[in-house]
Amino acid sequence: MHFTINGQSFDVEPDIRTSLLDLLREHVGLTGTKKGCDHGQCGACTVLVNGRRINSCLTLAVMHQDDEVTTIEGLGTPDDLHPLQAAFVRHDGFQCGYCTPGQICSAVGMLDEAAKGWPSHVSESLDDGALTDEEIRERMSGNLCRCSAYPNIVDAIREVADGARDERRVGEEAAA
Amino acid sequence: MTKRPDQPAATARLDASVQGLIGTALDRIDGPAKVTGTARYAFEHQGDAPPLYGHIVGATIGCGRVEQVDAAAARAAPGVALVIADDPRLVSDSASGSEDALPAYTREIGYFGQPVALVLADTPEAARAAAALIRIDYTIADGRFDPPALHDAADPDPPRPLIPNRSIGDVDAAMAGAAFTVDAVYTTPHHMPAAMEPHATTAWWEGDRLTVHTSAQGLSGTQRMIAGSMGVPREQVRILSPFVGGGFGGKTGVVVEAVLAAMAARETGRRVKIALLRRQVAHLVHRRSETHQHVRLAADAEGRLTAIAQESIVSQKPGRGFIEPVAFGSLSLYAAPARRFTQALVHVDLPAASAVRAPGEAVGSFGLEIAIDELAEKLGIDPIELRRRNEPENDPMSGKPFSSRQLLACYEEGARRFGWERRSPVPAIRRDGRWWIGHGMAAAFRGNFTVESRARVTLAPDGRATVETDMTDIGTGTYTILAQVAGEMLGLPARDVAVVLGDSALPVSAGSGGSFGAGSSGSAVALACQTIVERLAERMGVEPDAMTLKDGHAIAGNRRVPLADLLGGEALSVEGHATPGAHTRSVAQASYGAHFCEVAVDAVTGEVRVRRMLGVFDCGRVLNLKTTRSQMIGGMIWGIGYALGEEGVIDARTGQFVNPDFGEYHIPVHADVPHLDVHFVGEADGWANEVGAKAAGELGIAGAGAAVANAIYNACGVRVRDMPITLDKLIAGLPEA
Ligand code: FES
Ligand code: FES
Repeated sequence: MHFTINGQSFDVEPDIRTSLLDLLREHVGLTGTKKGCDHGQCGACTVLVNGRRINSCLTLAVMHQDDEVTTIEGLGTPDDLHPLQAAFVRHDGFQCGYCTPGQICSAVGMLDEAAKGWPSHVSESLDDGALTDEEIRERMSGNLCRCSAYPNIVDAIREVADGARDERRVGEEAAA
Repeated sequence: MTKRPDQPAATARLDASVQGLIGTALDRIDGPAKVTGTARYAFEHQGDAPPLYGHIVGATIGCGRVEQVDAAAARAAPGVALVIADDPRLVSDSASGSEDALPAYTREIGYFGQPVALVLADTPEAARAAAALIRIDYTIADGRFDPPALHDAADPDPPRPLIPNRSIGDVDAAMAGAAFTVDAVYTTPHHMPAAMEPHATTAWWEGDRLTVHTSAQGLSGTQRMIAGSMGVPREQVRILSPFVGGGFGGKTGVVVEAVLAAMAARETGRRVKIALLRRQVAHLVHRRSETHQHVRLAADAEGRLTAIAQESIVSQKPGRGFIEPVAFGSLSLYAAPARRFTQALVHVDLPAASAVRAPGEAVGSFGLEIAIDELAEKLGIDPIELRRRNEPENDPMSGKPFSSRQLLACYEEGARRFGWERRSPVPAIRRDGRWWIGHGMAAAFRGNFTVESRARVTLAPDGRATVETDMTDIGTGTYTILAQVAGEMLGLPARDVAVVLGDSALPVSAGSGGSFGAGSSGSAVALACQTIVERLAERMGVEPDAMTLKDGHAIAGNRRVPLADLLGGEALSVEGHATPGAHTRSVAQASYGAHFCEVAVDAVTGEVRVRRMLGVFDCGRVLNLKTTRSQMIGGMIWGIGYALGEEGVIDARTGQFVNPDFGEYHIPVHADVPHLDVHFVGEADGWANEVGAKAAGELGIAGAGAAVANAIYNACGVRVRDMPITLDKLIAGLPEA
């Protein structure tokens, strides 16, 4: 079978029982994606499939022929951090680091969902696009952190979200 | 703070902070590796040849005997390399103390999930599928699964407690003669450490030498127990644990998977990887014992305590030594002439109990700090004022002076920052729409210990330093703070200090646990640096005190010499050895704090939301403002979890946890946690250790949950004494909306 992970091609013949998570960790050597529960309960395994966040432990590898999978390794490197990765370091949005790749991939997906105007459980209305701290917390609640870096994670995401919004505004102004 | 003659000297250079590195909010130096997924944890160790995957098969009964095991179908299953079933090569339990080896395999089942077989296969899927084919026949016995039902038979004076039962004065007489009393029972349930990284090991042999990459808080005990279990000298065993995905006490010992991986690697000649499934973690790793706390307080009319008693009952599996030291944080918190702190023990057929973050304080603070809140209400005085009136002069247990104790400052600063004076002293007054709003506070206390620790510091010919120790960083920030200590002592920017941890081949450290890691391992680094400083001063031809080190240069008089020139092409390598030292016995040492919390309680459903929370702490010198603050918010959030959600529930028929995963064991999530404020008031405590840092990692949790509980009472007037405070316990008592 053929998989595209972080823009790279991989030919692997996984067991039909192999989860996408185990494909990444045990077959292609991308161990940045973590296994915290294997049950869809913790979010440590979050990756982006065709741009959307997904618990990779809850989906079988064989379902992802030709999908575009992005893992934490595809976002940035220690010498060239993704803005969210840099913000997590600056705000200490982690301690042990085990939930962190999942938090960051989830945040990438979440910011995109919010930008598209998708509401959450706490949204006041269907077209209220403000990404408040409460919205960030609600939308990130599938990503558990036992070290409990939550407030710092929110600060890190907030900084990037505000930055992204400002950039958009600058862009919009420029276009106007 | 004032220098005393018998204080360690090495703190002087840290106090001066010429490099400006110690205490700053430096980003974690291991941060980029963690946020990019390049930090490798135990199960992620890469080798040349494909590994074998192990799957542990556990007993599906909680008490009884294995009569027969049929593993034929598993052995014949595709992909299976080896099945070891009902076999003395297995082990029966994890170990978390001073054991030399893990307990041997036995057919007698003492807890649910006890290992009965191990399956090794080419893939995890094949191992797990084959494991499902193993048939185990049991004789089931009646197990002791329900601790409260056994309380009548509790041993009042169990052997080898962490804190011995203590009784001073006559509590009963004080209670009889008191103007005001509180006499109530408080309970906390089973808790799980539940680190996000499940326990995992990769093990391989090269000849008679074993390497075990595992997830451990302390390496030397891990090495001893694995070597003992394998029957080889410990010099032949190397433990690696450079990154640990959370510990919280759960990785203080050796869990079965590590020994089984080492054994299976020897049997097969292959690299073997075993990770516990999340639901196995709950059973094969220890729990924190549930507690039953009988608290009595007696006070005179002015609110001066005349007696404090906290008598607890906890549980343990037979043969295991740890007894949850419930009163640890209560012993020295308040003055009172009559004092009684005891622990009784019941034996149960449940997973072993052992240390989980802040043994004692994390749960004992619920009993004491809620009781103090109840007493304040009876007396009609503010809870902070009551605490002030009972602030002891010296340690009320030993009579020794405190090394440093900024508890009153924590109350004062916290009250000011939180706006405590706006709290209503009468419960169930304040409303915000459908929510009752309340405020509560509690004190935090965590004893400080320094544990023997070694570290090697090498100044390379180019003037850069490397710190090496077998210490671990379990998220606590060890990599970063050791770089800060070494950088400050040697006058180097953080980028010129490399820190190597988590390898048993390096000098033996205290390990991570008991909040002693930073102080102990930091002291070893400071001592090593101090010797290097003396040698550099010799080369400068001056006394060490006359030499300043900054930005890679030695400065004395009007000379400024690059370290590389002083080193003359040769490295300087020194091992530092920190020991508790004689001075630590002459004073009582602890960290302190005060938690303040605002909650909202839904007037109809009883749902509780924490709206804001503040912690003010005295933990001596803060080595890194950013990582220490993170430790505190982590602890405070654990307090929220203990107050509102966490509860390990045992099926009293089978002895298994019915909620052994994150779906049903409810740890806090993003939506449960507001912005948290943290503030530090402490100063370097030269009595504590060479770096002046007191216990931090567990301080944040002590009392945090009690502050939440007290705020809930203040909000809605319902006093819940059984944790966690779920809405079913509030709803019947809620005032008419
Ligand atoms: S490992 Fe996938 S959600 Fe926990
Ligand atoms: S950083 Fe440890 S679990 Fe989140």
